[in-house]
Amino acid sequence: MADSTTVTVAAAPEAHAHHPPHLHHHFVSSEQQFDAAKLGMWLFLITEVLLFSGMFVAYTVYRVWHPEVFADASQLLDWRLGALNTIVLLASSFTVALSIHFAQKDEKEKVVVLLLLTLLCAAAFMVVKYFEYSGKFAHGVFPGAGYAPFGEDHGLNYADFDFPYAPQFFSIYFVMTGIHGFHVLIGMGLFTWLVTRVIRGHFSAEYYTPIELTGLYWHLVDIIWIFLFPLLYLI
Amino acid sequence: MSAATHSDLSQRPAIHYLNHEKGLWSWLTTVDHKRIGIMYAIVVALFFLVGGIFATLVRVELSAPGETIMGQDSYNQAFTLHAVIMVFLVIIPAVPGILGNFVLPIQIGAKDVAFPRLNLASWYIFMAGAVLAICGWLVVGKVDTGWTFYTPYSSEASDAVLWMTSAVFVAGFASIFTGINFVVTVHKMRAPGMTWNRLPLFVWAIYATAIVQVLATPVIGITMVLLFLEKFMQIGIFDPALGGDPVLFQHFFWFYSHPAVYIMILPAMGIISDLMGTFSRQQVQGYTFIALSSVAIAFLGFLVWGHHMFVAGQSAISSIIFSMLTFLIGIPTGIKVFNWVGTMYKGSVWLQTPMLYALMFLFLFTIGGFTGIMVGVLATDVHLHDTYFVVAHFHYVMMGGALIALIGGMHYWWPKITGKMYNETLGRIAALLVFVGFNLTFFTQFILGSRGMPRRYHDYELLLEQFPEFAPLHFASSIGSWILAAGLFLILFYGIHSLLRGKPASQNPWGAVTLEWTHTTTPPDPHNFHHTPLVTRGPYDFHLADDVFGPFHTGDGAGDGVGEVTEAPKPEEA
Repeated sequence: MADSTTVTVAAAPEAHAHHPPHLHHHFVSSEQQFDAAKLGMWLFLITEVLLFSGMFVAYTVYRVWHPEVFADASQLLDWRLGALNTIVLLASSFTVALSIHFAQKDEKEKVVVLLLLTLLCAAAFMVVKYFEYSGKFAHGVFPGAGYAPFGEDHGLNYADFDFPYAPQFFSIYFVMTGIHGFHVLIGMGLFTWLVTRVIRGHFSAEYYTPIELTGLYWHLVDIIWIFLFPLLYLI
Repeated sequence: MSAATHSDLSQRPAIHYLNHEKGLWSWLTTVDHKRIGIMYAIVVALFFLVGGIFATLVRVELSAPGETIMGQDSYNQAFTLHAVIMVFLVIIPAVPGILGNFVLPIQIGAKDVAFPRLNLASWYIFMAGAVLAICGWLVVGKVDTGWTFYTPYSSEASDAVLWMTSAVFVAGFASIFTGINFVVTVHKMRAPGMTWNRLPLFVWAIYATAIVQVLATPVIGITMVLLFLEKFMQIGIFDPALGGDPVLFQHFFWFYSHPAVYIMILPAMGIISDLMGTFSRQQVQGYTFIALSSVAIAFLGFLVWGHHMFVAGQSAISSIIFSMLTFLIGIPTGIKVFNWVGTMYKGSVWLQTPMLYALMFLFLFTIGGFTGIMVGVLATDVHLHDTYFVVAHFHYVMMGGALIALIGGMHYWWPKITGKMYNETLGRIAALLVFVGFNLTFFTQFILGSRGMPRRYHDYELLLEQFPEFAPLHFASSIGSWILAAGLFLILFYGIHSLLRGKPASQNPWGAVTLEWTHTTTPPDPHNFHHTPLVTRGPYDFHLADDVFGPFHTGDGAGDGVGEVTEAPKPEEA
């Protein structure tokens, strides 16, 4: 108590000199604020894991009940496109990690370039996903009640895939990759926002919390894809 | 802090959190946790009124056999809306939203929660969820699925169900963000000296609750998304007609909704711990056990969801395992009840209104808990499932537990929040009405249920030939609900009276020793403390009364001399 009194008295006339603009009044120090933000982000990521866990459970249940359906239906998914997207996302995780590294070193230009590269990778992912989705829709492969495959592509006769529980597989595929894709879109929005803030000079070696937190988020989006890719495309 | 500040009304601050900014806009844009707590209080009170009106309508319909005031369709909607509103818009947000927001940061010596803007966002998200629910009900159509939204009915029923499930999804995010905020606040924002074993037990309870909110709520989120897609595009996950599995929906639903009952009851237990300590003027017995039993309940709560599905077609082995795990919940709960009773033993129990509610909680929650064990037993559950016995059980836990504790906590912190005292005599009369009304309403339902009265029936005329006792029991239950309603309206009345005409409260009218009473003014400063407190003692160290209240305290450290009944007992010297 005595300490805080003396500090308040001594610091009062020059309070702003000791008070970096990013520090909110209810925190004692930048470290406390950073630690709090990071813990909050980790907790949020846990909620994301649990959100996806519901879908992974649905996947597991239907896979255990109908393993042959999952094995057959997954032939319609092109593992090469899935692998391409995996590489793209892994690369973007690398670039975003580097951007945090350079943010810590206060090298603004590199941060901007790396964030833009990350944004580019995310966009590439969505473009590939767009071609995958539209390829499916073109052959009547829709989620749920709209499932009515027809036509031929890559040596596969789509009509052969109209067997029981195939709609469930594609429902699960579209819901899981759809919600994952939605997360990628959110990430793209965040990276755009970050780039504008970096250019406006909001960050420094002392304060780069939003970049770090978005990086954490992006790694999670990446990790979820790393599970989705083998479960849906490969096995 | 010296003795004079505690019961001296001249120490009331000129500037405090209620008047430092004025106007509606300053409230709608505030990031002050205290003001956000009040905003939750207002909306939760409104929804409690609406949900209560639906409950009363349900009881009026059932007061006599045959159609009394509404037909079966309206009845199905009435009990659905009663449940959806009470569960998602009242009990889940109530204690964390109102008291957690207001009290927790002050109790740990923080200026605010870790993320004040997120805190405000939570309130708006909650309101968005509430608006969706109201739109679904008023504009789109009828919702008569029950609050559980079981498939396949819910995926075939009216489009209003889409709105309701969206509402649950959106309101869930408010719950998640509140939970994240509180976990981080407790971890990172404690004042110097506020070690984990000096946290008030209310903080421990909110902390355990927040963990459950963070871990369980996303699952109801994805469940609602899948249900939405099931109805919207027939994805065939839950709907048996499309090859889906309705039991999977029940698993998903209860994986959240069982932990959710601990989201509802754990904060209530925290309130009771604080009330027991303060109004027994003693260290809370078994502090560590109460604190860790909250965490144990939070953990075990995730392992027992299958006990809602004993007759839903899950395997016998699962049922046996879920049943045994359910019994385990009784252990940490029993530890708490035992320690609360022990806290009163040889204490100087001061029967002010908040303590009356704490005692009421002990009775009602214990009945609710024991009957919970009864329905957790496989063989009895087969008989009791979907009867009024279950209805009575969860009302004893949710209303007799969670809401009674909330009412007790609101009385306890009312002077700190509003700066006004309420009428103690009316408070006691209301407590009596609530106690009598509640037991008359719901104890009769135990009897009804054990004789086989099924839940959710709009009428029981055809059952009377075989069970003539249903008619008087239902009638008694309805009479009880009106007494209960009278008690609650009395609380509303003297609450408003207190706001308008209440006598000013001193800094510490109860002589409590947690920081919100000893280190802040009444009402608190906008930044809670003038100086960050340096904590040197535990939250219930009544044996240190000399240190806490100063050497010249009048011997009780309690009482404003403003209430009608302020003869506080002397704390026992250690």
